[in-house]
Amino acid sequence: MNRAPWLWAILFALWLVLSWHFTGLFLFFGVVTCSIAVFVVARMGVLDRESLPVHLAWRAVTYVPWLVWEIFKSNVRVARIILSPRIRVDPSIVHFQASQRTDLGRFIYANSITLTPGTVTTGIVGDDFEVHAIVQEEIDGSEENIMNRRVARLEGEAG
Amino acid sequence: MFAVSAAAVLVCMVLVMLRAVLGPTAYDRVLALNNIGTKTVVLIAVLGFVNGRPDFLDLALAYALINFIGTIAVLKYIEYGDLGVSAPRETGTE
Amino acid sequence: MMGGIVNAVVWVLLISGGFFMVTGALGMVRLPDVFTRMHAAGMVDTMGAGLTLAGLCIYSLHDGAGLVAVRLVLVLAFLWFTSPIATHAVAKAALSGGTTPYTTHGDGEREGRDRP
Repeated sequence: MNRAPWLWAILFALWLVLSWHFTGLFLFFGVVTCSIAVFVVARMGVLDRESLPVHLAWRAVTYVPWLVWEIFKSNVRVARIILSPRIRVDPSIVHFQASQRTDLGRFIYANSITLTPGTVTTGIVGDDFEVHAIVQEEIDGSEENIMNRRVARLEGEAG
Repeated sequence: MFAVSAAAVLVCMVLVMLRAVLGPTAYDRVLALNNIGTKTVVLIAVLGFVNGRPDFLDLALAYALINFIGTIAVLKYIEYGDLGVSAPRETGTE
Repeated sequence: MMGGIVNAVVWVLLISGGFFMVTGALGMVRLPDVFTRMHAAGMVDTMGAGLTLAGLCIYSLHDGAGLVAVRLVLVLAFLWFTSPIATHAVAKAALSGGTTPYTTHGDGEREGRDRP
């Protein structure tokens, strides 16, 4: 799949939203700017499945709301720890194997882990994740497992 | 009602600034600065609504960009003492 | 009638966003070391900013300023894309810079787990 038209369309939509002027001159500037940007990106050779994962877009429609709900729940848990009169934390660093096959899938999983408060990805080597958790239960729970499987499904068969 | 929100953001900025001043390690300070940057983005957005002219949102967008790049640059400087070096290649993915 | 409901929703979103933000800032001051403080910083970046900007977004949608709402969504999306990368960078730099994570029992790492 050729990704250059996708990138161009996304950039031009961004231009339209941020400028909101529909005179000929501004549209002309937008077309020129987006074309230069796409040309530079293509020349750098970074226009591939990893930098522009449009093939994940329709599966992300169900993943993102679920992730927001998870973020909300873990926010409430961390808030309870912080607001308790005596801070009770039991932080630890754990290692585990993630089941994603591609670097993009691991990237999404690592960022999802970091985005939920209570767990931060501190390093990845291969499929070995190193995660810092503020309390042991944050990483022990079945929710990390569910997230792992969800990201593996988001990544899809095409991998 | 937006003034209440702006006040909350300002209180947070004072608290986090305390951490940036106290912070025992340099990483505490970088983390605090990054956090203040995030709060500044929110503050710019909220202040636009307080004034009834939400035209500053482009500034908030640009500030979010600069905040991110600035944090990465400071961290790189702390780690390598130079902005020109590239990280040594490791096996596997980062 | 409609305006009252929207106003109430905006109030709730702004207040809860402010609550999470103040709690996160309090955590930045109270928690013991840089790694645990990162979790508090994550709270500010996700729910604090998220709920506040969502409140503003609903307000401007009701105001008929759809363009402002789209820009707010862009700001939020950008924050949520960059904040985990910045947090991860701080964590990785702190680890390789020789900061030992605070633990309640003294030894640095806890091994022996293969799957969450």
